[in-house]
Amino acid sequence: MEVLKIATAGSVDDGKSTLIGRILYDTKSLTTDKLEAIEKTSKQRGYDYLDFSLATDGLVAEREQGITIDVAHIYFSTKKKSYIIADTPGHVEYTRNMVTGASTSQASIILIDARKGVIEQTNRHFFINNLLRIKDIVVAINKMDLVDYSEEVYNKIKADFEALMSKRDYQDQKITFIPVSALKGDNVVHKSEEMPWYKGEALLEHLEQLNKADIYNVGTPRFPVQYVIRPKTDEFHDFRGYAGKVYGGNLSVGDEVMVLPSKTRSKIKDIYFYNEKYETASRRSSVTITLEDDINVSRGDMIVKENDLPTIDKQFTANVCWMDATTLTPGTKYVVQHGVNKVLAKVDRINHKIHPDYSGIEKDVTELKVNDIASVTFKLNKPIFYDQFKNHRTNGSFILIDSQSNNTVGAGFIQ
Amino acid sequence: MNKDTSHINSLENEAIYIIREVAAQFERPVLLFSGGKDSITLVRLAVKAFYPAKVPFPLMHIDTGHNFPETIEFRDRLVEELGLELIVRNVQDSIDEGKVKEETGRYASRNQLQTTTLLDAIEEFKFDACIGGARRDEEKARAKERIFSVRDDFGQWDEKNQRPELFDMLNGQIDLGQNVRVFPISNWTELDVWSYIEEEDIEIPSIYFAHKRKVFLRDGMIWSAEDEVVYRDDHEEVIEELVRFRTVGDMSCTAAVLSEATTISKVVEEIRESTISERGARIDDKRSEAAMEKRKQQGYF
Ligand SMILES: Nc1nc2c(ncn2[C@@H]2O[C@H](COP(=O)(O)OP(=O)(O)O)[C@@H](O)[C@H]2O)c(=O)[nH]1
Ligand SMILES: [Mg+2]
Repeated sequence: MEVLKIATAGSVDDGKSTLIGRILYDTKSLTTDKLEAIEKTSKQRGYDYLDFSLATDGLVAEREQGITIDVAHIYFSTKKKSYIIADTPGHVEYTRNMVTGASTSQASIILIDARKGVIEQTNRHFFINNLLRIKDIVVAINKMDLVDYSEEVYNKIKADFEALMSKRDYQDQKITFIPVSALKGDNVVHKSEEMPWYKGEALLEHLEQLNKADIYNVGTPRFPVQYVIRPKTDEFHDFRGYAGKVYGGNLSVGDEVMVLPSKTRSKIKDIYFYNEKYETASRRSSVTITLEDDINVSRGDMIVKENDLPTIDKQFTANVCWMDATTLTPGTKYVVQHGVNKVLAKVDRINHKIHPDYSGIEKDVTELKVNDIASVTFKLNKPIFYDQFKNHRTNGSFILIDSQSNNTVGAGFIQ
Repeated sequence: MNKDTSHINSLENEAIYIIREVAAQFERPVLLFSGGKDSITLVRLAVKAFYPAKVPFPLMHIDTGHNFPETIEFRDRLVEELGLELIVRNVQDSIDEGKVKEETGRYASRNQLQTTTLLDAIEEFKFDACIGGARRDEEKARAKERIFSVRDDFGQWDEKNQRPELFDMLNGQIDLGQNVRVFPISNWTELDVWSYIEEEDIEIPSIYFAHKRKVFLRDGMIWSAEDEVVYRDDHEEVIEELVRFRTVGDMSCTAAVLSEATTISKVVEEIRESTISERGARIDDKRSEAAMEKRKQQGYF
């Protein structure tokens, strides 16, 4: 099993950091020195319980203000799996962190405070998880201890959330509801004795039984060339290898391939991983490929199966999540980084803004501000080779770079 | 090939991808080599990333002068065997030039002083990317670190203003004078590194294995009494114990742990069962809870 990466979403104080701390504690992943530090600080603050959020909130400002500012990555493992959980801040202005966290995750936990129920923020969290096509979502209804572990409260929140689900774009998403108390540990790692009416699994039990088919979308193989390896030694005098990571599906020796953008045809000759040759390169492996023919291939080119081509075009429309304090306006130029390929792009038009709380779209938009999500059409100075995001998470996504500040200012999902 | 069956392999694939991005996106990258297991692992990954070509960037060791003698021998042999280029810059030189002042007292260490030597070397060689072996599981401030972490002209880390990193895409665009610190094994845990060393049969310095050593106890930790750079009060009694080191940084701030693990598989077993985190054995982080964050803001690696 690969590492399972999980994103968390929830508003401020819904209990994300506490939940993660609780998982660490109950799986005995907190080392004695870390536990001592948590005990000490909890006591200093006069709490009569252990504040597990201290396990993840690492920056000084975070501890002082008791909030999470930046995505933190937390590691733990069980006998079955290794996990990485992204503790994502829940402030409205931090949509970008949530999109970022979800982009590298295969599963997601949305937290809801049982006392508050489904709020506008919840819509947003769900929207983003749906936009990013996360296949497995747990809706953790937290702080059940504060509502007397009430089944009615749970049922009401579940029904409200299900009403949201009917509005979603991406239907092939499994959603599991779990009533928990992060603070007390109910249904987190261990099944709760306080909620006999809940017959489902505890949170960790659910994550433990997820397998690859539950969390990965399998698509067609794409091989973006990262780096050309030319040893120029006596032993490897004519060696010309293309280093890169395989995305979407497997590639094998003998496959008839096409190199883009030149559209030159060839066959895969050898697949190397370090000094060993393999018959097949499986998805997400970082290999080096050689071709039968001596053709000119450079970084940013893409090797694909001849009978399974991506779209090759100088323009595309995408859902863009804008992440910068500057604004995006039609006519502005950005660098589009699509995988390892970079091209210059001009914003052709903003088609419409999408309200991430499911309240509809807005036309006649002249600019995008930070955390806006919108359908945008771009024109490029060179063609790129893309798939629709719904068919290919990697080859259907890109980032926008501001060439003045060099910052990553947005992310896009090609339609 | 079933390279995606184990999670160590998926971490390896990710790290190789990152190292290749560095070679492709930057003009003058360097791999910061401390002689420890994490940087030895990085070297292994770099060799694998570019095979059959040579690693297309040099290694650089910022030498505190407080090394365990074994690690220097080991370093020189590794570089020789793999045909790598090695640059060494000495903290002692920065002290002699009056750029930094040696700490004194019980907790004196050269760990902090390294920063100046490192920043000077980056400027000297105009390095635009420095590959390091830091991991997010090491420490809470590290958990917030990006894979490509941009540093300004003063080498400083602005933790509140970091670039988002989406999917696999790494944005290495920087201005002149800026540089990027790159952490290919960000997502590895200490256990992952040890398991990888075992799986790949990577040679590591002998001090990582249990050996008899003259030590003394202070603050509940075990310190080497064999090396004069470790400050010891006269009343602190010297005893002999079977110990190994979990990290091999600056000797003056690296404590040992009691251990009987004389082979790599026994070390892996011990780590698996251990309940003291690795950084629990580094006194510089104990100085204050925010120690690491502060050092990073000042340009520490
Ligand atoms: N009673 C109760 N309090 C909780 C629970 N989960 C979190 N809290 C408290 O809610 C507050 C916010 O938690 P925190 O984890 O920092 O929330 P975050 O902002 O989502 O990371 C803290 O005071 C927690 O102790 C729970 O299940 N029950
Ligand atoms: Mg938090």
